Amino acid sequence: MRTMGGFSQMKLAVNFLTIGLVILSLPCGSYTEIPPKPPGSVTVLPPVKPAGGPQAFPDAENSNLPVFTMDYARIQVPFEVTLWVLLASFAKIGFHVYHKITFWVPESCLLISIGLIVGAIMHSVHEEPPAVLSYNVFFLFMLPPIVLESGYFMPTRPFFENVGTVLWFAVVGTLWNSIGIGMSLYAVCQIEAFEVQDINLQENMLFAAIISAVDPVAVLSVFEDVSVNEQLYIVVFGECLFNDAVTVVLYNMFIFVADMPVVEPVDVFLGVARFFVVGLGGMGFGVIFGFVASFTTRFTSNVREIEPLFIFMYSYLAYLVAELFSISSIMAIVTCALTMKYYVEENVSQRSCTTIRHVVKMLGTISETLIFFFLGVVTITTEHEWNWGYIMFTLLLALVWRGLGVLVLTQIINPFRTIPFNFKDQFILGYGGLRGAISFALVFTLPDSIGRKKLFVTTTICMIMFTVFIQGISIRPLIEFINVRRTNRNLETINVEIHSRLIEHTIAGVEDLCGQWSHYYWKDKFLKFNNRILRKILIRDNRAESSIVALYKKLELQNAMEILDTVSGDINAGSSIVSLQYVYPLCPSSSCSFSLSLSLSLSLSLSLSLSLSFAFSLACSPSLSFSFLSRITLYFVPLIFPSILTSLPVPAAEKHPHRMMLFWKFPPDMTLGIQANEFNLGFIRPENLVSHGLRVL
Amino acid sequence: MHIVIKLFGVPLSCPITNSMNIWFSCFLFIIVTPAHIVRLYDRFEALDKEKTGHLRPQDFGAINRLAMNPIGDRIIGAFFSPGQETVDFHSFVRILAHFRPADKKHPKDPSMPEPVNSRTSKLKFAFQLYDQDKDGKISRAELLQVLRSMLEMQVTEEQLESIADRTIQEADLDNDDAISFEEFRKSLEKVNIDHKMSIRFLR
Repeated sequence: MRTMGGFSQMKLAVNFLTIGLVILSLPCGSYTEIPPKPPGSVTVLPPVKPAGGPQAFPDAENSNLPVFTMDYARIQVPFEVTLWVLLASFAKIGFHVYHKITFWVPESCLLISIGLIVGAIMHSVHEEPPAVLSYNVFFLFMLPPIVLESGYFMPTRPFFENVGTVLWFAVVGTLWNSIGIGMSLYAVCQIEAFEVQDINLQENMLFAAIISAVDPVAVLSVFEDVSVNEQLYIVVFGECLFNDAVTVVLYNMFIFVADMPVVEPVDVFLGVARFFVVGLGGMGFGVIFGFVASFTTRFTSNVREIEPLFIFMYSYLAYLVAELFSISSIMAIVTCALTMKYYVEENVSQRSCTTIRHVVKMLGTISETLIFFFLGVVTITTEHEWNWGYIMFTLLLALVWRGLGVLVLTQIINPFRTIPFNFKDQFILGYGGLRGAISFALVFTLPDSIGRKKLFVTTTICMIMFTVFIQGISIRPLIEFINVRRTNRNLETINVEIHSRLIEHTIAGVEDLCGQWSHYYWKDKFLKFNNRILRKILIRDNRAESSIVALYKKLELQNAMEILDTVSGDINAGSSIVSLQYVYPLCPSSSCSFSLSLSLSLSLSLSLSLSLSFAFSLACSPSLSFSFLSRITLYFVPLIFPSILTSLPVPAAEKHPHRMMLFWKFPPDMTLGIQANEFNLGFIRPENLVSHGLRVL
Repeated sequence: MHIVIKLFGVPLSCPITNSMNIWFSCFLFIIVTPAHIVRLYDRFEALDKEKTGHLRPQDFGAINRLAMNPIGDRIIGAFFSPGQETVDFHSFVRILAHFRPADKKHPKDPSMPEPVNSRTSKLKFAFQLYDQDKDGKISRAELLQVLRSMLEMQVTEEQLESIADRTIQEADLDNDDAISFEEFRKSLEKVNIDHKMSIRFLR
């Protein structure tokens, strides 16, 4: 039994390591400027050979051949980058040593805290932190991976079912918030007691536009652990991604206007036009790049190794091109990922598919970690200007306006929804509007012509800290307390799939009967278009596949892999029954041993028939892994006998553990990395099979 | 022309007029706003080309998209009670009332009969789409029929059978190789049926 001593020792070690790394990186200095002669480095000239004749030793200094040299300046920038990334990642490891913390406090808060500590250390030794949250670095390097990750893993079906609500909240909600907060802050500025009368309306509106946008980074890190119901999740998720268009337009508009003395109506009209350009342009670029990427992957069957590259390059390209035209780059990359994912995953090999998913997740996590970490660091090291009135009022007004906005907007949109939002959902919608690093990066790049820039920076930081810490930490207990509808994950049974399909057909039919169209009609139309045209162009091997068949294959493969997993794993007979119980999640009443054995035999006979069908179809490709096939059948066949044996109640089987032992003695050299090409399963095509299967993992 | 309405089991005979149709439907069976009923009545009349006041299966067949629906014929069949060959407006609306979003505000009154758009009624409706011979169970053959019509050209007969086997195996708790209504209900317990089986405009 591990004692608390073990835990705290490990934690101490991690902390020491972190501090050690910090101290090590201290001499590094800011990486944006390379000092001419960094301290602690020795520059050594290579020995010069004079032109005339060989000489053993150089002339000039008459010193010996240096055995050990050090050239820091050359590697400084990548070295520092790596160290900072490692530092942030160690912090992340460190949190999970004590799990209860990560349950109650979202990781974003912990990272900011560690960042604060490191920032304090750096400030005390008068070092400048690297400029990670500067405009260019942040928007060009730190933000795209996170947004790509959110776009790639966005659940598409709920998203398209709720797209109206998402856009409604994203566009109208953000506008409401900005204008509301801007106006009220201007009114607050008029109060003489706060000494902020020099902030004019345009500056207030600009600031409001910056802080009213809900931030995807913060929201995702909090909401992914908390399982609210799907509708709520997708609306919050979608809102924070799609409000970028509005933020970009408002920000640019107010910066432009802040220089001008007079605002004309034509400018407002132009602003609206620009919004459409930004929003639709972003989506358009995303879709175009998505299609081009899908088309490219159609031809990559011979260059499997670089297949994942295309995903990343095309999405990043979409992002950059959108940035080039100052249209919404976040929307571009999100739509690109959404479009691309469906087609690309059918074209690429199973390994590429896994690699893509894994790398997308990894890059997203690194970026998120770094952003929160540096948010903490930069908080300490920037110059602040504190003003109680302005800051408190900003916090208050932001909350009030968001709450009001959610209430009003929900009342308007509820009649159009099939499941209206009740008050609990609305509360979480309002409360979950966290602000984050995007606001910070934007405020940092305000032109210096704005006199009160430091005040704005301080207020933004306070806003971010408040929302991330207080709202982020309290949202989980609140959700449990007010008992919001939660989500049901793990709905994947073949029954549910078949019945859901039937119901969808029914609804489509009844709608036709009533002569009314709703989104099912458009969905149906799009699916037909997709099957007829798009799939033929973009997918290499086009066979339309119902989701029922796809799910069936996936579940069968999942079962098969689980069998192999338990066989090659623990040989503890006592746990064999238990592990077999987990292997067959299909048995609803697996507590009863009799039905367990019956369902075991049923599923085993099914698996056996599957393996026998492997055998028969392998007749086509006999050379490949017949030994593999024989091993599989050998695994399956003995598993049947225990089930027949255990038609007695469980304790009887446990009394003869050695009988079970006999069957588990096969060499556990079967890895899960089954090469798809090794077997041809009749109707299940090799690539699709394992790609389907590995999507499970 | 008279129609016979069964009001709480007592047959009443009333003459038909347009407005009477509308208001009877409102008060007796479902509380739907009259605008929806008017629209549905217009639709009913549009389908009823011979103006008999009743619809026959052929009238439904005129709807093109419904004819292309894989389970279109089952949906049409659901409108006709066993033995009846025609459906009048009341039954038409009554069946459609299954697809209203559930009314959460009114508390459940145990003495009243189960409302037509409750979860159980919706599930029963879906169950009846499978269970064509009305024996209270979805047998393997019935399941195969539905799967065949839904999956059409994509899979072979053996694959269909494997899928049907797995489906029954997953849901079948009493091992009679068929899915009863209770097992059906249980397999869908985690699914938000109210959301899936509701048509917004009928609210």
